[in-house]
Parts: sequence; C-alpha cells; structure tokens
Amino acid sequence: MESGLNRLWTNVKALPRNVRDSVMRHGAPTSDRARSQAVFGNFFLHIHSVRVHPRSLKLTTTWALGVSLVSQFVILTVTGVLLMVYYNPSVELAYDSIKDFQYVVPTGRFIRNIHRWIAHMMVATMILHMARVFYTASYKAPREFNWVLGMFLFVLGLAFSFTGYLLPWDQLAFWAITIGANIAASPNELAAALDLPKAFYIGDIQKEILLGAGSVGQGALTRFYLLHVMVLPIIFVAGLAVHIWRIRKDGGLAHPGGNRTAAGKGVGTSDARPLTPAEQPKKTYGLMAVVAGTSPHTGKDLDETVSAWPSLLRAELAVFMATMLIAVALGLIADAPLREIANPMVPENPAKAPWYFLGLQEMVSYSAFVGGILIPAVVVIGLGLIPYLDREPEPSGVWFSGPRGRRIMGWTVVFATITAVLSVAIPVKFGWLRNWYPDISQLVIIVFNPGSLLTAAYALWSLVVIMRTRSTRLGAIALFTCFLVGFLILTYVGTYLRGPNWDFYWSQADWPVH
Amino acid sequence: MPGRLEPEPIGRRDFLGLAGWWSAGIAIVGSLLGMARLPKPRVLDEVSARFRLGAPSDFPPGTDTEIAGRNVRIVSNQEGIRAMSLICTHLGCIVGREADGGFSCPCHGSKFDPEGEPTAGPAPRALTWLAVSQSADGTLIVDKDTEVSAEEVYHV
Ligand code: HEM
Ligand code: FES
Repeated sequence: MESGLNRLWTNVKALPRNVRDSVMRHGAPTSDRARSQAVFGNFFLHIHSVRVHPRSLKLTTTWALGVSLVSQFVILTVTGVLLMVYYNPSVELAYDSIKDFQYVVPTGRFIRNIHRWIAHMMVATMILHMARVFYTASYKAPREFNWVLGMFLFVLGLAFSFTGYLLPWDQLAFWAITIGANIAASPNELAAALDLPKAFYIGDIQKEILLGAGSVGQGALTRFYLLHVMVLPIIFVAGLAVHIWRIRKDGGLAHPGGNRTAAGKGVGTSDARPLTPAEQPKKTYGLMAVVAGTSPHTGKDLDETVSAWPSLLRAELAVFMATMLIAVALGLIADAPLREIANPMVPENPAKAPWYFLGLQEMVSYSAFVGGILIPAVVVIGLGLIPYLDREPEPSGVWFSGPRGRRIMGWTVVFATITAVLSVAIPVKFGWLRNWYPDISQLVIIVFNPGSLLTAAYALWSLVVIMRTRSTRLGAIALFTCFLVGFLILTYVGTYLRGPNWDFYWSQADWPVH
Repeated sequence: MPGRLEPEPIGRRDFLGLAGWWSAGIAIVGSLLGMARLPKPRVLDEVSARFRLGAPSDFPPGTDTEIAGRNVRIVSNQEGIRAMSLICTHLGCIVGREADGGFSCPCHGSKFDPEGEPTAGPAPRALTWLAVSQSADGTLIVDKDTEVSAEEVYHV
C-alpha cells in the first residue's frame, strides 16, 4: 500500500521529465552527437541531413530561394486559413465577404493583402528557383527526378493561383476563369478545323468537369474553392515533402566535387570509391550507419561538414524571418485589388489575366489551342525532360558551367530577344495570315502563328547549339535561356503594351477614352 | 519437355499471390474509374437557352438592336428577322460594336465584320446566328442553343 503510494508520488515528481523523454528520445542537444541525434530522431527535422556542407549554406549557392518558397507556402497556408474564417464560396456572398475583409474584419485587409502579394511572389520565386537550379546544373544525376518533382510543384503553384483567382468573384475573376475554361475547351477548335465528328470534341468534357456547368457560375466557384483549399494543398504538401526529402537522399545540395555514388545514396565524399577499413567511420550516429552503405556525411570528409543543428536551422530561420518581413511590408504598403462584382454581360476592356499568365495570353491571342494548351504542354514537358536529354557528367553547382556556357547564354539572350520582339512586332505592324489572305483555312492559322513559330525557332536554335558545340549541356542552356527570355518579353508586352481590344499601345496614356 | 505445348506449371502459392495482386489492382483501378465519373455532371443546370424577345412589331425592318442582358443582337430587314450571338467564338468574351458596324473583342483582339465574319485576330469561326421562332401568342423566341446559317431569315 504505502510503497505503492510512494511509487506513485515518485512518478508524479518525475512526470515532467518522463513526458519530455517520451516525446524526445535524446538528451539535451548540448553535444554535436546529441544535436545530430535530435535531427535524425525528430520526425520533422529528419527531412534534413544531419550534417551539411558549408557551401550549401552560402547565400550564393541557392540565393535562399527554396527555403523562401517553403516560408511563403507556410505564410499562404496560415493567411489562407484565416481568410476561410469569413470567406463564403457562394456567388451571392463571395464578393461581399471579400469586401468585409477590406472594411469590416479586424486586420482583414492586412491578411488578405499578404495572401495576395505572397501568392504573386511565390510564382516569381518559383521561376527564380528553377533558374538557379538549372544554371548551376543541379538537375544532373542523381537529381533528375527532383527536377521533375519541381516542375510538378511549379504547375501546382500556378493551379493554386488560377483557382484562387476566381474566389473574390469580381470582374477580373469572372473573365479570367471564363477564358481559362474556354481554353480547356479549345481542342474543339482543332476538331472543328479538321471536320471531326462531335464525339471528338473532348474540349467540352474538359470544360464541364472544370466548371460543373456550361459556363462560369456556382458550380465553378464550388469546384475552384474545393481545389484551392483542399485538393491542391494536400497534393502540394505531399509533393513538397518528397521534394525536400529527396535533397537529402540525393546527397545534399549539388556542389562541385560532391559526387554520386551508387543510387546517389550517402553522397558527400569526394569520390565514389568504397571506403577502406581505415577510413570507415569510427564514430557512427546510431542508425545512420545502417541507412546507407557509407553512412551519410559521417565518412572521411566529416571535417568538411558542419552540423545541421544549429548551422542549417539558423540559416532557415533567418530566411523565414526575412520572408515574413517582406510579407508584412507588402501587406502594409499596398492593398490587394478588387474590381466591381462579376458581371457576365460586360467583360473588362482590356481583360487581363494576372501578370504571369500574360505571356500565355499573348500566345492565346494567336490561337486558343496552340497558345493555351499545345505550347504550354510542350514547354512543361520539354523543361521536365532536360535532365534526361542532357546527361553529360559535369561538376554540379558551378554557375553557367563556366565561360563557354556564359558565352552561349549571351548569344542566346540576343537571339531569343530578337525573335520574341519580331514575333510581336510583325503581327502588330503588318498583321497576320488572315489579314493577308482573308479566306485562308483555319487549320493553317492554328499551325502557323507567331507563337508556334517562336517556339519552333527556340527549339531549332537549341538543336543548332548542340550540333555546333557537341554539348547537350550547352544546348540545354540555350533552350532554358530562350524560355526565360521569351517568358519575360511576352509578359512585358502583355502587361505594358496591350490596351483595349488587345491592341498595341506604347503607353497607357495613349489608350482611347470611352 | 520438348514438344509439349502445356505451359510451365505455376506453384499454388505463386498463383494465389498473383491472383491477390491482380484483384487488388483491379479493385483499386475500378474504384478510381468509378470516382472519376462523379465530377462530370449528368445534367447541366442552367437557365433555359430559349428566351422571349417580344412582339415582332418591336423590331421593325431596318433596325439593328442589341438585347441588354442577353448578349444577342437582332437584325431586322424587309425579309425578316435574324439573331446573332455576341459571344466571341475565340474564348467566350462579349464582343462590342465598332464605329464601322463591325464588332471587336476586348480579350484578345478578334475583329468581325457586320455579318459576324472574322477579319482579324484569333477567333476561329464567325459569330453564330441563332434560331428565331414564334410562340403561339406571336412572341418572338430566340434559342441560344440552336445555331443556324447566316442566310436563314425568320419570316414574320
Ligand atoms: C494552402 C493553403 C491555402 C489556403 C487555405 C488558401 C485559401 C484561400 C482563400 C480562402 C482565398 C479567398 C480569399 C481571397 O480571395 O482573398 C484565397 C485566395 C487566393 N489564393 Fe489562396 N490559399 C492557400 C494557398 C495559396 C497558394 C499556395 C497560392 C498561390 C501560389 C494562393 C493564391 C491565391 C490567390 C491568387 C487568391 C486570390 C486572392 C485575393 O483575391 O485576394 N493560395 N486563398
Ligand atoms: S475571347 Fe474574343 S478574342 Fe479571345
């Protein structure tokens, strides 16, 4: 009896410590070993490797873009959940609930601003992150699949923005989604041009699945809301987790000399030769020795690496705080736009998509199917395949692959700029096939338009570079640079040089007044 | 054994194992297909595409009227009445009237002549002409789901 009570009392006294120990299996992280164990044993932290190369921590290696993207996603999730508190996804109330955020809800305007601006920032950062990975050749084996995953996350990120755009149910939202849904239906254009029977009009099916109806209404709002707050976040988080976990499995960030071993496991030593017994790690960190043949980063170049805790965690926290600072600043400086309530009778003139889709809108203004579906699909698939088509072994982590790469890039910028400007200038100045031959077949216009010719010119240029230099890496540099330059120029034209009726204007001051 | 056509016998465990994998696979794929059917609506709930225009006398010959809220234009001449949709055949924006009597689209710059034929821009087809009919009480009716040729005129 008594001893039973005593024991209970002892347990009660030890309660705080025992609870803590049951949650965390390691002691206080005072030694290197304990910190490593903390990272390795923690469900959330073990997505990191235990030790990292100091080069990975340098700003010029990554420009902190990836971690900033994660921070932005966290910020979007938190502000998004807050917006869901009052947002009401019905066509009668959606617009009013956004208005409430502007004028009634405490801090509502601020939170909405942050959500909107960080969503824009996320698209821009995704492109920059992709460019940094590409130009440092960090997509090479064993990291090919992580590049593909990244492309997948990029598409999901755009889908987030596209679905989010409908939710305020204002003019911008309504017409952007009307156009988007009709792009989904645009394979019909091809079917019609080829005189195929109705059964081949798959565009109608795609549009109905997207909108749940024949036109944008409550069905579309319900579906887009569901995608935006539920389906996309779940898929995105899963993809993101694999993306980050693969970094560790692929041997940390790419760096020159840090090279591949079989299956890319346990990378970190400078060569792929198995360790001699003398070199075998003397110290192992528990399970870590078992996980990979040569235990990750505990091999002979242990001295070259630093502990992830605290070095990496500190860097990550710094990036997160910087991102927060930007978010707060943006949220205070500028208000997220909100137009008049959606009016299915009168489109805005000009009706412009968000800036990152304006390059596409340029393309779509030549042909809906080619500009809205075919070219984007070719671009995404083409970029996704780069690591499989360019397999030249070369030190990853060197910007632009040295002076030759830089020279190719310079020439490509010149070529890509001239062709992109021509692709806009010629139709503006001289019109296009229909102006020249009014009776021309629609099929010809679909196939030969400034957008498809520009894409073909870019592909051709990359092939020429491969032939002249005998290097697939240089060809890849040419292709990716073409993509970036084309995207920038078309986005610029769509944003600043297009006015009412999508006509060309040098400045907004020249727009006709109605 | 040479010459025998019978297949290699398969072990009982192997057979059961394979059967298990295949039935699980078929069950999963089957249910995915079943689920994929759900999002495609069986009926599109929409306001009726047919609407009442008004009495024929509201559209005397020689008039050219845009019906507010319907995105339809009514052209009337000596021969009869025609109705043209103002929904752009490119990606569904609403076209606006130009000074020359033609139409232009605000979204990607398609231009149409007064008969709806495309003259510039990405629109793949002419603006559509819609079926006009008359109800028992004489009211004109436009059916936005039924397309007719540009020559078809409804004689009142
Ligand atoms: C994962 C968690 C997220 C949740 C719960 C969420 C939730 C919401 C909600 C409720 C709205 C409607 C309120 C409004 O329009 O202001 C909204 C709007 C929006 N979201 Fe998200 N969102 C999330 C992530 C994202 C991401 C990752 C992006 C883009 C990369 C994004 C882009 C947008 C955009 C562009 C809008 C329109 C914003 C506006 O009109 O102010 N969202 N989101
Ligand atoms: S919707 Fe009319 S030109 Fe695109």
